[in-house]
Amino acid sequence: MTNHWVDIKNADLVLIMGGNAAEAHICGFKWVQEAKQGRKARLVVVDPRFTRSAAVSDYYAPIRAGSDIAFLSGVIHYLLENDKIQHEYVKTHTNAPFLINPDFGFEDGLFSGYNADKRNYDKSTWSYQMGEDGYARVDPTLQDPNCVFQLMKKHFARYDADTVSRITGTPKDAFLKVCEMIAECSAPNRTMTILYALGWTQHSVGSQNIRTMAMIQLLLGNMGMAGGGINALRGHANVQGITDQCLFGESLPGYLHEPTDAEPTLESFVTKRTPKMLRPGQMNYWSNYSKFFVSLLKAFYGPNATADNNFGYDWLPKQDTAYDVLAMFERMHQGRMNGFACQGFNPLASVANKGKVSAALSKLKYLVVIDPLATDTSEFWKNHGELNKVDPAQIQTEVFRLPAALFAEHEGSFTNSSRVIQWHWKAADGPGETREDTEILGQLFTRLRAMYTSEGGAFPEQLMKLHWPYRIPSHPSAEELAREISGYAVSDLADASGNVTVKAGEQVAGFAVLRNDGSTACGNWLYSGMWSQAGNLTARRDNSDPTGLGQSLNWGFAWPANRRILYNRASCDASGKPWDPSRNILHWNGKAWGGNDVPDMRPNAAPEEGVGAFIMTGEGVARLFAPGMVEGPFPEHYEPFETPLGKNPMHPDVPAVVSNPAARVYKGDMEVFGKADEFPYVATTYRLAEHFHFWTKTSKINAILQPEHFVEISEELAAEKGIRKGDVVTVRSNRGHIKAVAVVTRRIPVLTVEGRKVHTVGIPLHYGFKGETKPGYITNTLTPFVGDANSQTPEYKAFLVDIEKA
Amino acid sequence: MNVSRRGFFKVCAAGMTGSSLATMGFAPTAALAEVRQYKLAHATETRSICPYCSVSCGTLVYSMGDKSKNAKARIFHIEGDPDNPVNRGSLCPKGAGLLDMVHSPLRLTHPEVREPGSNEWKRISWDEAFDRIARHMKADRDANFIEKNDAGLTVNRWNTFGFLASSAASNEPGYLTHKVLRGLGAVAFDTQARI
Repeated sequence: MTNHWVDIKNADLVLIMGGNAAEAHICGFKWVQEAKQGRKARLVVVDPRFTRSAAVSDYYAPIRAGSDIAFLSGVIHYLLENDKIQHEYVKTHTNAPFLINPDFGFEDGLFSGYNADKRNYDKSTWSYQMGEDGYARVDPTLQDPNCVFQLMKKHFARYDADTVSRITGTPKDAFLKVCEMIAECSAPNRTMTILYALGWTQHSVGSQNIRTMAMIQLLLGNMGMAGGGINALRGHANVQGITDQCLFGESLPGYLHEPTDAEPTLESFVTKRTPKMLRPGQMNYWSNYSKFFVSLLKAFYGPNATADNNFGYDWLPKQDTAYDVLAMFERMHQGRMNGFACQGFNPLASVANKGKVSAALSKLKYLVVIDPLATDTSEFWKNHGELNKVDPAQIQTEVFRLPAALFAEHEGSFTNSSRVIQWHWKAADGPGETREDTEILGQLFTRLRAMYTSEGGAFPEQLMKLHWPYRIPSHPSAEELAREISGYAVSDLADASGNVTVKAGEQVAGFAVLRNDGSTACGNWLYSGMWSQAGNLTARRDNSDPTGLGQSLNWGFAWPANRRILYNRASCDASGKPWDPSRNILHWNGKAWGGNDVPDMRPNAAPEEGVGAFIMTGEGVARLFAPGMVEGPFPEHYEPFETPLGKNPMHPDVPAVVSNPAARVYKGDMEVFGKADEFPYVATTYRLAEHFHFWTKTSKINAILQPEHFVEISEELAAEKGIRKGDVVTVRSNRGHIKAVAVVTRRIPVLTVEGRKVHTVGIPLHYGFKGETKPGYITNTLTPFVGDANSQTPEYKAFLVDIEKA
Repeated sequence: MNVSRRGFFKVCAAGMTGSSLATMGFAPTAALAEVRQYKLAHATETRSICPYCSVSCGTLVYSMGDKSKNAKARIFHIEGDPDNPVNRGSLCPKGAGLLDMVHSPLRLTHPEVREPGSNEWKRISWDEAFDRIARHMKADRDANFIEKNDAGLTVNRWNTFGFLASSAASNEPGYLTHKVLRGLGAVAFDTQARI
């Protein structure tokens, strides 16, 4: 979330699209109710199902799963066409005035530079025009035909209300009604917040779904505002924290990059990763990249990392290709992996195409499952009848299952969706011989290190040089690790006049003091300050909220720098006055930025200096034109890989752009995409209020509340297929089938798309063959093995199935 | 005035001294049956966070035992933390069922192994589990470690071992997992956060 849970109460309009907060984030949803009661805010829900969020909304509009970009592009068109944008904001805080390379173009659904063989783009034309002064050229009048604003107008002109309705199945009047309500928030003192979740991410165009909405929020002037922002309602209690620790092969903690083969030296790496300033006088905060990176190397390698050995740069493995979860299972399926470990992760149930995942796990030599509970994955080799039809004798994988401690059985910090890091304490030991994750990792590492010490092996130096200063080496404590993550001075730090400001060994106050000369160590620069000399700030429990805006600045510690609303400088106009004085979170007081939040700005940067509000970009402004995206700097509607239409209605005669042209599809997976003639219905998977993923099925009370796997279909489809409420039905995709009980309901709308009816089959995902719930099929037996082109999040939300009475 | 032994002590605690009561002629009669005591009154309260969704609701975890060295704590009640500015004491149907998850019959209690081709779990000690897993990892790493790529550049990676990291783990084990994996040269890992 750019904003935070409590801040939702400051909104004038709450849009829930690509999520269902009333069921999936229930205690956060109360702040929507608070906005409705306290500010007379309205709630709009756009969803393929009439969800519980929709049930308490002021307005509900149905939409076909997988057509969100068409809908949102239509909103952009409406805002531009009807001049419902916050002009001054757009001019001041976005790249609308920037001039784009005249060679940039868009034709037949493809942007300039497409390579059909590689399914990727050469992005060289997706660039700014550079002036002789070395900075990007701009046209503050927004009139130049090559400025971002004019290019946008042209690009989105194609998404008129009729076109949108034809693609999305949303009735035209409903679409226009939503547009009108959104457009009201272009007034400087009205804000919309958008709450989304996996309903947007789990598409082959997931990142562009979110980006299209981000563009709307920029046009409305809602980014950085109290009650505004782009708010991802995330998964587990610490999914945000684990994202920030960047447990991704391609990243290092704090969203630093893992070096690749193309960056053989520290110097080449830092040069490549440090962005250039694109407009004069900008903060371009990533210019500090080397400070964060070298401090991380010091945390990893301690005294072994010196300037002479490039701070141990060579010890870091270099990435050669993608290793996201789909890529790993693809490699495993090809027999190119030997070992695998699942820590609190149940991939057999949660990764797309269970059949492929199961076959892949069967090719491993060893699998290690670290979990508090018996997961389906840990028994992928066991025959559970038709629910898991395998022959154990044929599976040669050696499987270890290690009992881990649960949340209440260890101490540490969780980061919630609001980016607030909060400490939790240990209440009891786990049952039996349960051990904490930190000990399991510590034991494995120290044993491996001992083996390498006594026996040698492949490049032992890599293990030996890792800094391991923990009091009990086989069990690092949460406190020790939190201090390392937050960062400390390795040697005395002096200011410009030579006065020592931080002594060696002291905790640093924040990332602003980190250095690239080896004098500081910091495991995650974004979390720097969470444990300062003042102690563990994540354990703070002062919930006071003096202004009533819900900021609670002394509760826990928010990254970055305890800032609660990101881009809050953009809540003010160019001169530093808040757009809405009644929701003043920041203002320029003549000498400094101050207010009810930590400024997202150099505190003494006077407005006249023209330092932009989006300090992480070289431009200093937000990007309406975003060349960082894989499939285009502007969003475009592409169909899901399994489409009920068989074509892209925006480009009906161009087969190459039916679905995301830059998405990665493996050989073998493309072949098992289903076609509409055989699988005519759009399926979408989702969560229930009473269950959390595959976890609560182990909990008796939740199993009683929602005991059995079901699927939801409309009354019309049920009548067509002769299915009655309570019948057991078989749902089939081109990858497998599941059986579940049919719920026949008016909550599933039937839509008219491109002149024909499109039916939706709704499939909750919480069931499996292990649990207190009635043993069930795994929903992801059905789902396609393809991910979003940018993030590789699988397309669980829109695929094709057939359904019949079992 | 008829005061049971338990009630008598309560009266005392309310501010009067037993001796002064006794001198006034009140002496406790023996209690015939003791009233069931409120467990919460002498439970240990621990502040924690619901591990399910990212609202990360504050919870109060109540356990028996005072956390002294010899006392084995047992969790018997979990409720919302009213001080938490987000959930303000509430929990949803997921969080309200936390206790059943903590004490689920599906909790793992000891390390196990399923040997290749076998149809059953076999209980093993932690020592055996750690040693066998480390042995597998070392053999795998030693056989497949890549020090230099085809162009002769140092890459120091091990890509035949993969790891899926938990989003239910705290930041500290999350960071440690990252550090350990890089310390082994691992490049193939991912987390639930992606999906």
